[in-house]
Amino acid sequence: MSGKEFQTYFPHSGRIDEANTSTEIDEKTIAELEEIVARYPQPRSAVLPMLHLVQSVDGRVSPRGLEVIAELAGITPAQVSGVATFYTMYRKHPAGKHHIGICVTALCAVMGGDILYDKVSEHLGVGDGETTADGSFSLERIECNAACDFAPVMMVNWEFLDNMTPEKATQILDDLAVGRPVKPNRGATLTSFKENERVLAGFNDGRADEGVSAGEPSLLGLSIAKERGWAAPKPGAAPKEEAPEAKEGSGK
Amino acid sequence: MTDLLTPVLCENWGTEKSWKLSAYLLSGGFSAAKKALKLAPADVVGIVKDAGLRGRGGAGFPTGLKWSFVPQDNPNPKYLVVNADESEPGTCKDMPLLLASPHTLLEGIVISSYAINCHTAFVYVRGEVVHVARRLQAAVAELHEAGWLGKNIQGSGFDLDIVIHSGAGAYICGEETALLDSLEGRRGQPRLRPPFPAVAGLYASPTVINNVESISTVPSIIKNGAEWFAGMGTEKSNGFTFYSLSGHVKRPGQFEAPLGITFRQLLELSGGMRDSHELKFWTPGGSSTPILTPEHLDVPLDYEGMASVGSMLGTKAMQVFDETTSVVRTTLRWSEFYKHESCGKCTPCREGTWWLVQLLRRLEAGEGQEGDVDKLLAVTEDINGLSFCALAGGAVACVTSAVRHFRPEFELGYTTPAWESFPYERSAVFIKDRPDGQSEGGRV
Amino acid sequence: MSDIVASDLVTLTIDGIEVSVPKGTTIIRAAESIGIAIPRFCDHPLLDPRGSCRQCLVEIPDAGNGRGFPVPQTSCTMPVAPGMVVQTAASSEKAKRAQNGIMELLLINHPLDCPICDKGGECPLQNQALLAGRGESRFDAKKRRFPKPTSINGQLLLDRERCVLCARCTRFAQEIADDPYIALVERGALQQVGRVGEGPLRSYYLGNVVQICPVGAFTAKSYRFESRPFDLVSTDTTCEHCASGCSLRVDRRHGTVRRRLAGNNPSVNEEWNCDKGRFCFVYGRGADRLTHPLIRENGSLRPASWPEALAAAAAGLSKAEKSVGVLTGGRLTTENAYAYSKFARAVLGTNSIDFRSRPFSVEETDFLAAEVAGKEVGVSYGDLENASQVVLVGIEPEDESPMILLRLIKAVRKRGLKVVLVDFINTYGSKKLKARWIQCRPGEEAKALAQVELDEKSVILVGERAALSAGTLSAVAKLSAEAGASWAWIPRRAGDFGAVQAGCLPNVLPGGRPVTQSAARVDVAAAWEVDSLPGEIGLDAAAILAAAAEGDLAALVTAGIDPRDFADSHIARAALEQAFVVSLEPRLSQAASLADVVLPVALIEEQSGSFLNWEGRQSVVNQVVKGSVPSDLRVLSALADELGSPLGLKDAAAAAAELGELGVWEGSRAALSAVGEKQPGEGLILGSWRELFDAGSGADGEESLQTESFYPTAVMNPKTAAGHGFENGDRLVVSGPRGSITVPLLVYPDIVEDVIWASFNARGLPSHGEIGVVIGEPVNVGKEEAKV
Repeated sequence: MSGKEFQTYFPHSGRIDEANTSTEIDEKTIAELEEIVARYPQPRSAVLPMLHLVQSVDGRVSPRGLEVIAELAGITPAQVSGVATFYTMYRKHPAGKHHIGICVTALCAVMGGDILYDKVSEHLGVGDGETTADGSFSLERIECNAACDFAPVMMVNWEFLDNMTPEKATQILDDLAVGRPVKPNRGATLTSFKENERVLAGFNDGRADEGVSAGEPSLLGLSIAKERGWAAPKPGAAPKEEAPEAKEGSGK
Repeated sequence: MTDLLTPVLCENWGTEKSWKLSAYLLSGGFSAAKKALKLAPADVVGIVKDAGLRGRGGAGFPTGLKWSFVPQDNPNPKYLVVNADESEPGTCKDMPLLLASPHTLLEGIVISSYAINCHTAFVYVRGEVVHVARRLQAAVAELHEAGWLGKNIQGSGFDLDIVIHSGAGAYICGEETALLDSLEGRRGQPRLRPPFPAVAGLYASPTVINNVESISTVPSIIKNGAEWFAGMGTEKSNGFTFYSLSGHVKRPGQFEAPLGITFRQLLELSGGMRDSHELKFWTPGGSSTPILTPEHLDVPLDYEGMASVGSMLGTKAMQVFDETTSVVRTTLRWSEFYKHESCGKCTPCREGTWWLVQLLRRLEAGEGQEGDVDKLLAVTEDINGLSFCALAGGAVACVTSAVRHFRPEFELGYTTPAWESFPYERSAVFIKDRPDGQSEGGRV
Repeated sequence: MSDIVASDLVTLTIDGIEVSVPKGTTIIRAAESIGIAIPRFCDHPLLDPRGSCRQCLVEIPDAGNGRGFPVPQTSCTMPVAPGMVVQTAASSEKAKRAQNGIMELLLINHPLDCPICDKGGECPLQNQALLAGRGESRFDAKKRRFPKPTSINGQLLLDRERCVLCARCTRFAQEIADDPYIALVERGALQQVGRVGEGPLRSYYLGNVVQICPVGAFTAKSYRFESRPFDLVSTDTTCEHCASGCSLRVDRRHGTVRRRLAGNNPSVNEEWNCDKGRFCFVYGRGADRLTHPLIRENGSLRPASWPEALAAAAAGLSKAEKSVGVLTGGRLTTENAYAYSKFARAVLGTNSIDFRSRPFSVEETDFLAAEVAGKEVGVSYGDLENASQVVLVGIEPEDESPMILLRLIKAVRKRGLKVVLVDFINTYGSKKLKARWIQCRPGEEAKALAQVELDEKSVILVGERAALSAGTLSAVAKLSAEAGASWAWIPRRAGDFGAVQAGCLPNVLPGGRPVTQSAARVDVAAAWEVDSLPGEIGLDAAAILAAAAEGDLAALVTAGIDPRDFADSHIARAALEQAFVVSLEPRLSQAASLADVVLPVALIEEQSGSFLNWEGRQSVVNQVVKGSVPSDLRVLSALADELGSPLGLKDAAAAAAELGELGVWEGSRAALSAVGEKQPGEGLILGSWRELFDAGSGADGEESLQTESFYPTAVMNPKTAAGHGFENGDRLVVSGPRGSITVPLLVYPDIVEDVIWASFNARGLPSHGEIGVVIGEPVNVGKEEAKV
């Protein structure tokens, strides 16, 4: 009931998949990688965004990507590998066109994340870290994604799909499978894992104006304050004497 | 008397396209930056110090004091790094702020950079939220266009660039020195201190690292004055902050209130627990802060109040669980989180979380052995205080506090699986969509 | 410690004992200084503090300011403070509990395979678990498991299950060798040491990680399952592979060397050595090892008894009268070299002796006599660290003296030492030093060196190939004298410096005495109890070989030489074929196989003596195993007896004593005449040096490391390559008058135009001497004809 088994044997850890040498990295990619390097006072700082860009091209951290980044950052491929295998967003195997993350940290898990994960896993026929045979979807158990007031949370290509239910989730997956547009609750219409990785590499896709300002829970306190006419004091108004009510003993 | 809620940072979140510079300017944006650029940098530091703003990322270190540690006679460039790696379980305030009003943070960066003489600032934003990166990147571009970034901003003679840097999935990068290593393109593992970042941080240069909310609060302080800010909150915990409620409450969400509000008050504002259920336990500031129970409903949610009941204010993220919830399961899942996020650098955290998770797993499954609860506590003792950074402290806090409050439930794990004592489907809350596509506010 | 003044000392109390240590010392070091051992894994005195294993926790009830720390602190990271009070596990229950706890956690994922682990018996984890651990673990859950050992390079095996993630290995790779080809990868409980790709790693130093690994995670293939530490007998000695002078600890079992470790010698190699020094010790175990003398009969060599062989050798040498040349090579201990020097002069009556089995110049002969022989070296390893700048002229330390590179890396890293490189190529090794590169073509070093501003704290290091750049050696001496700077000549082989001091040169006697000065000869003749010594400068190695090849020199006595190594291998071979040759060799080398009488001699590990390293520092060679044949010195003694003119040297100790008693020449010397520069030739000029792992016979038998050597290559700059129509990876035929080598091209930006670097002496390929070119000379280069 707590999701996957406790894993103790790690036969394939420690490296990216070096056997898969395929790559789409070309001159244009290298020029863009150089552009990333130029943003920083020191080239090594560009390693994380460069890895995102490599994933936007190859869908994973490819051996060629490792090599090119090492060269541009002035470090060894082993050092880049140390970085690439440290962060969970960097993939050893290709992501699906859409990358699905289900939050299974305590709160989301309790609120239904575990049930949601099982349902999505069953629906896609893949488990944690796996990609569907047709390359459409990859699935990942993710840790807290900073949207607890929207639990349970599902992420698609790292866009928020808030207050998820098994029914909504399967519908979204089916829509994505046939290419029907899906709008996240707070974000831009879903495109693909690779396209969003490009944004994370710092290449804006011009879609910042899509989506809402804030979800309902984000605005809850504000709307209650408005309803009740509460506000921060005006500058120059009387300083705190008695702070909020029911604060005996700790106020000034 | 201050109102119960004091929307300041979220005040403009409901406006049309609130993330655009035009909207931000309409709601009075950048007036604080204009004011600050006319002051001497040291005076800006002074105002923030006087305001008594404390870091909103969890540790609560006074922000102005942190700035004043930057040695201005150091010949290296000074850097400001904003910690937007919001990853502490339960914490969900910075991401909405950045989605709705990235310019609030950026204005804060302009002012703070000016104060510490920084010309390149970084926002280290967690990678798993693409739309936040998008909006931050677009906002930076807008500011360049508008002459608020680049050379000689607004004719002030002050130069500033902001780099938006997306992380890649590592909770530990919320720890400031791990964040610096990560920003330098390394594995995000914490550094030895000293040297402290203020002296030798990014690229071994003087560096200030502040949380999104801390820096975003700076414009309001500059605009309205230190006294205004200090006039809110409690004696030692000045000002207002975000309180985030999640879990089994009727209406989860963000509440911007003066420090010192109580959980009872917040719970009432969120409509109370979901119908026919009662509060079992809650975290005051994310999963790294020891859990509390209904007996702590009236303790002020400020630094001192939380310390007085053996917990911490942390990120002011209240995760609320009702009586259907297995505390063993929840503790296990937090422990799994810490095991997953342990950077591996030090022994107690790396090995200790490996052990804790296995102990908790067998308690959850009802396969615990007599003495396992004591062993659990013994393991936490071998971790607590002995680790390299504070992550491990968080990892044990949830365990020790949960056992303290709910020991019999853990001992039940010697005989009975948690899912039998607390059928998990009863804790799940799936809410139906309204026809307009929005989620329903109320909960089952 | 002598330059530490009282005000730099900090006094604190550890376990009730007051101790004063220099400011900045960590608690763990301060405790060590009074004999208090605090358990530790990640801490290593030569690596940056890390504080990650947490084993060294101590209680600090008073940090020196009256306040204590609420929780135990890592003694490896915390500097001492005046008045600080520290309690280790010996006096604090809290510290003891913390250490117990950490130890238990370190062991939960550690396999219980000590009985089959190479580290068992000398394992810090095992030892400290017994000292600081609980008797029994409370862990009854599942251990983390990885596939058993993975191969990291030709020698290193990594067992990730045993690893305690102390990161000593990766820090060594990064901080000490600047070879970060291994790195920590993954995170959390999965964190492990990893590399990328397969095959050789471009590092000469990674063997050190086996030694500093505090568990059995890193083991060496050559030592795997070879022995238990308590079955080994250790001997301290000195490495024979280069002139760095590394101290070694050599472990033997059943009369055979099983492994070699870096010795702890802070003033030389600190605690490191190179992989050649560590792993290359089986060269004497091949089928070519000589155990009895050989003499030539009817054109081929046959076994002979010692009396027969000595008689044959003596007969041949007597017949040659004084028409004999002596070539000693670079493998000799100083004592053996001295024996050859004395043998040549006092027994054979000739000054025609030369240790240089490599291309050289007359300028170098004069330089060594005027500036090196019998003189103090003005530079030590420590001086490299404290120099204002170090100028490298004609030397690639990584290949030619690996410990110099490590010391320079340390100085660059720790105190920002400025390094200036005067050379035709800026290699990966030089780049580790962030050197300012003054470009010049081979042959133009003297001119380029004049551009370097020197001060009194500058140090110039000049390598053996500078001999081939006319004017360079004299410019080094002249420019540094003018500026008051120091310099050192860095010979490549372990015996080179001792050979110069012993007088294995045609123009100097032991102690730098000029052969042409009668006072000098009288000194030595008196000590040697002979009537007189030859007063004419002898033939140098090239002249000896040329004369022998032409039949103008009747006999040769040779030690560690190989015809491949000389400027013209064909002449060398012809000389060995033509003359009557007595060869003293441990193995049937090419030179020995061409000799008329072969006298077997002991390996370095079978004898005692000493080497002088590039600093002129004497380091002791101790006998490690018993051999069946005598040393060079003993054989020469026997041969001298046979010749009726006893050498008067009983053993190495006697040779050392006699050389010491002779002392150095204080009288006048021939001034070093300025040598004009020679314009490099037109076309593509050859530049090169001997790589650490090449065809050199010292690495024979260590097949695992052959894969670690840099692949034989040719290197050209992009413009030059393009000008010739070559591309990266093309197979090029590099030819000289006598032959060619075919090697792949590496196009590399940091080599000057119109120069080609080509492997000098790659295993399996002809050497430069066999091709017939020396560096600074033009070569022909073309693409290999495509094979059909």
